[in-house]
Amino acid sequence: MLSAEEWGIVRLSLLVGGTAMLVTLPIAFVLAWALARWRFPGRVLLDGIVHLPLVVPPVVTGWVLLLAFGPEGPVGRWLAEWFGVSVLFRWTGAAIAAAVMALPLVVRAIRLSIEAVDPRLEQAARTLGAGRIRVFATITLPLCAPGVLAGLVLGFARSIGEFGATITFVSNVPGETATLPLAIYSALQRPGGEEMVWRLASVSVVLSLVALVASEWLARRMGRGLHVL
Amino acid sequence: MSFDVDVTVRRGEGQIAACFATGPGATVLFGPSGVGKTTILQMVAGLVRPDTGHVRVAGETLFDAAARIDIRPEHRRIGYVFQEPRLFPHRRVAANLRYGMGRGGSDWDGVIAMLGIGHLLDRWPRSLSGGEARRVAIGRALLSNPRVLLLDEPLSSLDRARRGDILNALEAVRDRSGIPILMVTHDPEEAERIATAIVRL
Repeated sequence: MLSAEEWGIVRLSLLVGGTAMLVTLPIAFVLAWALARWRFPGRVLLDGIVHLPLVVPPVVTGWVLLLAFGPEGPVGRWLAEWFGVSVLFRWTGAAIAAAVMALPLVVRAIRLSIEAVDPRLEQAARTLGAGRIRVFATITLPLCAPGVLAGLVLGFARSIGEFGATITFVSNVPGETATLPLAIYSALQRPGGEEMVWRLASVSVVLSLVALVASEWLARRMGRGLHVL
Repeated sequence: MSFDVDVTVRRGEGQIAACFATGPGATVLFGPSGVGKTTILQMVAGLVRPDTGHVRVAGETLFDAAARIDIRPEHRRIGYVFQEPRLFPHRRVAANLRYGMGRGGSDWDGVIAMLGIGHLLDRWPRSLSGGEARRVAIGRALLSNPRVLLLDEPLSSLDRARRGDILNALEAVRDRSGIPILMVTHDPEEAERIATAIVRL
């Protein structure tokens, strides 16, 4: 069905998407928690910054990443000096671009799931002798977990579809940064590449569909648990 | 003194104030809706912080504005049965009942027999009727080995037969467990039946 090269593209896309979500999860959770539960000056500004990748042209996001992670950029120089690595033209760079682009979606989903946890249940747990950490681990986290997972699955699908920021930031290197959309783009430019486009596009649609269904299913599971008080 | 409460707290434009000291048995806070009965329970439990005054329960000071004492709710050892059962929806009845048992010293078999909830242990909270959920909530609070029990309208939104069940259970708690009770109600009949002392608000 798929050639070895095409399987390589799918594998790379899954690797980039999975790594992006691993990086995004802790950051998105802390951001979502702060936005949902804390009142602090600059909260609206933070909310705006988190949502920027959703509205700014992806090419601009990619360019900003290039400035930050390039050899002269603050993060890029730090990575080179301390670890002797660069993420440019590497799959790690593609994962960073995917993570940044998916961040608003994931933060939004996690924030909604945290806001859906009834604080009255947390109060009840405290009167039963549970400190803040135990309340978080045994009440808040399990109740918002399905929503968090739904957000991650959605973000994973978004990561696999990332194009603009990735091609601007880490270019289109076959086997390294050429994930599904970038490979499809290359195949379209090539005479006789139509069949490959068909196959890769089909894989993209199937992956996205599976992710959407999984995300919906998880979100509904969460709704069910919270109806009963 | 089982309850020695003298507190005030600002709520919007108005102020809620309460001052009472009662002995063992059941103290009933009786009054119409909206006078802040629930807020008083929340202040005793440490969920709402009073502006002034003190809360002493079973001889221990839980809050004292002047002495800057404010013990956290999880260290107050107060069993609080809220107006709605607030069972944890992701845990079965048995796990809900066990949640507060870390402190030890609870009589599992006794509490379950007294409330008649043995047949519910494997059920999920969402499958319980209103009266069953209420009894489980009372059991969960009792099993956390509390010094005192706070009950907020434990009979509201139940039909007559269920009310009878819960009233019997509450009388059993009052007479057998020896745990002082502070109960909020707006129903004079309930107040009469349960109260050792009535505080009118």
